[in-house]
Amino acid sequence: MDVLGIIFSALFANNFVLAQFLGICPFLGVSKKPGSALGMGLAVTAVMVITCAVTYPIYTFVLLPLGLKYLNIIVFILVIASLVQMLEMILKKFTPGLYSSLGIYLPLVTTNCAILGIAKLVTAEAAAGLANFSTNMVVFGKLVKINMAMSFGEAVLSGLFYGLGFTLAIVLLSGLRQKVDRLNVAKSLRGFPMTMITACFMAMAFYVFTLIG
Amino acid sequence: MKKERFSQIALDGLVRQNPTFRLVLGTCPTLAITISAINSFGMGMAVLFVLVCSNVIISLLRNVIPDRVRIPCFIVIIATFVTIVSMFMEAFLPDLFNSLGVFLALIVVNCIILGRAESFASHNPVGASALDGLFMGLGFTVSVTLIAIVRELLGSASFFGIELWDASKFSIKFFTSSAGAFLTYGLFIAIFNVCYNAVERKLKHNRAHKMLKPVTAETAKEAE
Repeated sequence: MDVLGIIFSALFANNFVLAQFLGICPFLGVSKKPGSALGMGLAVTAVMVITCAVTYPIYTFVLLPLGLKYLNIIVFILVIASLVQMLEMILKKFTPGLYSSLGIYLPLVTTNCAILGIAKLVTAEAAAGLANFSTNMVVFGKLVKINMAMSFGEAVLSGLFYGLGFTLAIVLLSGLRQKVDRLNVAKSLRGFPMTMITACFMAMAFYVFTLIG
Repeated sequence: MKKERFSQIALDGLVRQNPTFRLVLGTCPTLAITISAINSFGMGMAVLFVLVCSNVIISLLRNVIPDRVRIPCFIVIIATFVTIVSMFMEAFLPDLFNSLGVFLALIVVNCIILGRAESFASHNPVGASALDGLFMGLGFTVSVTLIAIVRELLGSASFFGIELWDASKFSIKFFTSSAGAFLTYGLFIAIFNVCYNAVERKLKHNRAHKMLKPVTAETAKEAE
């Protein structure tokens, strides 16, 4: 398992927000203040890790052997929606302080494309020679070969570090916006256009990391 | 349906509440697929189909779905249509399917579709909801295709996949990168805002003028 490779690629070179355009809506919408940006980032990271840990086995050991691969979008989105709901209930019961500080961010996570994106990413299949995880299963008397691009450990690790990469990007942007939002720019550039241009410079900076790897 | 209602829905979808430039929703696919105009048009059509179908079904079921669980219900309806689209594309348009990649599946969590379901289809009749889906989808398609034409022209010297001049002689690679996507989209929103505000001001001015006119004519007569 290439742990360092996964960490570097997830945090910098293939950063979900700035290189792959996943989770742009909260990136632009919840980045006004560093505090709320950090809350959103951590909520996304937590849900990402749990999503990877749940969707990977469901896809590998249930959907693939039964030949129900085409149901993946519906199954994933249902799993994510119920996970978020469950996490909300658990947090409300056991850590009310954390629950009230995350408050509105948790339900928003359901419709964050980064979460569905990571579920699709970690459940990618690979050709037999390139697979990191392969197994044979007998389903209804038929032998099914399963070749996955990632093993379970790699999937969970990817979830963690792609989530932290998202947190890094959104916290950095919120810091920059503290200054940028106060600049005296043309009226039509205020708000979203200026945030996009700030993100453009961040993307340029992150592009350099792809040259290293 | 009254003509005014029709034109109101059409104008809302295409200009006043344009999902890409005014509401800034569904930004992830917008940034990712505008690298080529054909991809953008295909994505726009896929979104349009899902938007119309989900709006119709949600509008039909609007009195059946309990309020507390409406969001999961909407998501399942949307996910069904997204699955239909992606299976159709995989079978008949495999090139487009491969180049759209994960973003085709991500239509499920596209805020435009869930937003319209929540704010329009869940409390409007079927006809109006279908029209709303159609014009919101068209607004999205036109906007992303416009952005893509600019990025494709500057970044890879072609127009809808047709090479216009030798890309090695003049092309700005920046526009094909992720940073270029952010910049182009941001500038497009700014330009759209300038045009929109100018037209709005002009219309307001005309309206004010019209209201003043009969008064001035009357006063002119009185003066005579």
